[in-house]
Amino acid sequence: MGPGPGVACAVTLNSALTPEQQRRFQDPLVIQRLLRGARTVAVVGLSTDPQRASWFVASYLQNAGYRVIPVNPKAAEILGEKCYPDLASIPEPVDLVDVFRPASECLAVARQAVAARAKALWLQLRLVKIEAAELAAEAGLDVVVDRCVKMEHGRYHGGLHFAGMNTEIITARRSRRG
Amino acid sequence: MALRVVRSANDPRKFGFETRMVHAGHIPDAETGARAVPIYQTTSFVFDDAEQAAQLFELKQYGNIYSRISNPTTAVLEERLASLECATGALATASGMAAQLVTFLTLLVPGDEIVASSQLYGGSITQLVHTLKKFSIGVRFVDPTKQDEWEAAITPQTKALYGETIGNPRGAVLDIARVAALAASKGIPLIVDNTMATPALCRPIEHGATLVVHSATKFIGGHGTALGGVLLDSGKFDFSRYPSIAAPSPAYHDLRFFDTFGHYGFLMKARAETLRDTGACLSPFNAFLLIQGLETLSLRMERQSASALRVARHLEAHREVAWVAYAGLPSHPDHALAKKYLPGGAGAVFSFGIKAASGPEGRARGRKFIEGLQLFSHLANIGDVRSLVIHPASTTHQQLSDEELSRGGVSPELIRLSIGLENVEDLLWDLDQALLAL
Ligand SMILES: Cc1ncc(COP(=O)(O)O)c(C=O)c1O
Repeated sequence: MGPGPGVACAVTLNSALTPEQQRRFQDPLVIQRLLRGARTVAVVGLSTDPQRASWFVASYLQNAGYRVIPVNPKAAEILGEKCYPDLASIPEPVDLVDVFRPASECLAVARQAVAARAKALWLQLRLVKIEAAELAAEAGLDVVVDRCVKMEHGRYHGGLHFAGMNTEIITARRSRRG
Repeated sequence: MALRVVRSANDPRKFGFETRMVHAGHIPDAETGARAVPIYQTTSFVFDDAEQAAQLFELKQYGNIYSRISNPTTAVLEERLASLECATGALATASGMAAQLVTFLTLLVPGDEIVASSQLYGGSITQLVHTLKKFSIGVRFVDPTKQDEWEAAITPQTKALYGETIGNPRGAVLDIARVAALAASKGIPLIVDNTMATPALCRPIEHGATLVVHSATKFIGGHGTALGGVLLDSGKFDFSRYPSIAAPSPAYHDLRFFDTFGHYGFLMKARAETLRDTGACLSPFNAFLLIQGLETLSLRMERQSASALRVARHLEAHREVAWVAYAGLPSHPDHALAKKYLPGGAGAVFSFGIKAASGPEGRARGRKFIEGLQLFSHLANIGDVRSLVIHPASTTHQQLSDEELSRGGVSPELIRLSIGLENVEDLLWDLDQALLAL
């Protein structure tokens, strides 16, 4: 259950970005559109350790109905899905590239995402590399920086609220089913 | 404050305090569309299947399991208060004392120390001194108005600073920004009990506090119907070098809460471990009652603070009154701090002293005064819509000697008032007639 489309509340807490960067790379409407439209999510830097944040996010996304494609050169299979060494090796279209690598690698990942014709690039919470974001945005990708895919999905589907978190969503409209 | 310029239909809006007071944390549900917050009076929640159950227990999915850990009615109170305090999230508890204890047990391990203001609610002092001692956690008290005392009390074992926005019983106002800067320079969190001010009058996180605790029993509920507490996290503290939150947790399969959950790692640990293990949860029905109160919080705080100022001024000019300690009065040593941190009013609770020759006479006259009041309810609480009065020397502190009393800042003649929503002229009448009868 969530608030449905078109919620335009300011969502500004918990980010290292400037207000201007937040407007460009954390737009609530872009995030909602991405979460609604994406089917295939490549998780770059998905760990094999079930207690790491990347594993929490990827297993959550699988449960929410997304197809997760792990990208990790050191593993063969994670979460029941075949693992690829890099984005270029993935033989199918990717909607969203979700990045769990250090900031120093983000520019290279952004170039790969553009080359692989991904529709969106998402740098995870506390991962800030504005050059990588600019590069992907100029190539026409939707870009999100310094946010967590799982938390954002939870924000618009009610889960984050059940954990007592401040979703910053204010609306008097009845929530949608499903 | 929010601007009224609309640039486009999808322009993200930052809603004002009063709007969030009645809306934040509650979206009418898809099934029924119920407008008021429903009471989910249930202990437990069914799982979709065994797989989902396992993932909920591993915190890999969001959702409700058991109302000792989370509950949908309680979640509305939590998110609403988080919104009002500008916090990243909140955890509701059975009482204010429970909120403090859950905070301490989440942050601290044996051998750690807290540096706390000496001007705290008496129950908080007892909890810090005696209950935390059983966990081998130490406390050092400082005069909250003296920055050098805070600084001198910090040792390598100090893991948190603790104070009240408006202290007990003399209304000392915490210089939150200064103490927060000190805490930040030492890499430790500042915890502020904001019970007396509420977010309607002061938001400690905006001045640099890391964590905020409340007794929601008082002004948040406002009607004297339910006990409750809440702890809130600013989400701004870097816990990566704070072992109890950052290190692998043996109580949760070696999960590293800060690494995995980032700005809500502390609250997840407080919920999934401390609340789970202490059972200090809020009942959903009490959460509902506290939500009803919260919806009129700013109106009550404005009116009750304004009335308190009227009453304080009146008493200060009264010939039977020796002194009045209200930070809203220019005579209070922290009046300048009150103007900075409490511009909308200095709260509705203050104390004053009746003129008396000696300690024993002060106790006797205090008791007589209370017995002469007609409208003020004589009880041990604050923050009700009804005006309240207590004389600590003949009630809560009666077993203490005069000397012990004064060490705690409570003199034998001290009377504490909590001003409610009655007609203020009626309150002045009641105080006058009781003073006249002395
Ligand atoms: C400032 C303050 N903090 C904490 C508490 C404890 O709250 P509770 O009675 O809800 O446990 C109280 C009152 O009792 C209080 O006045």
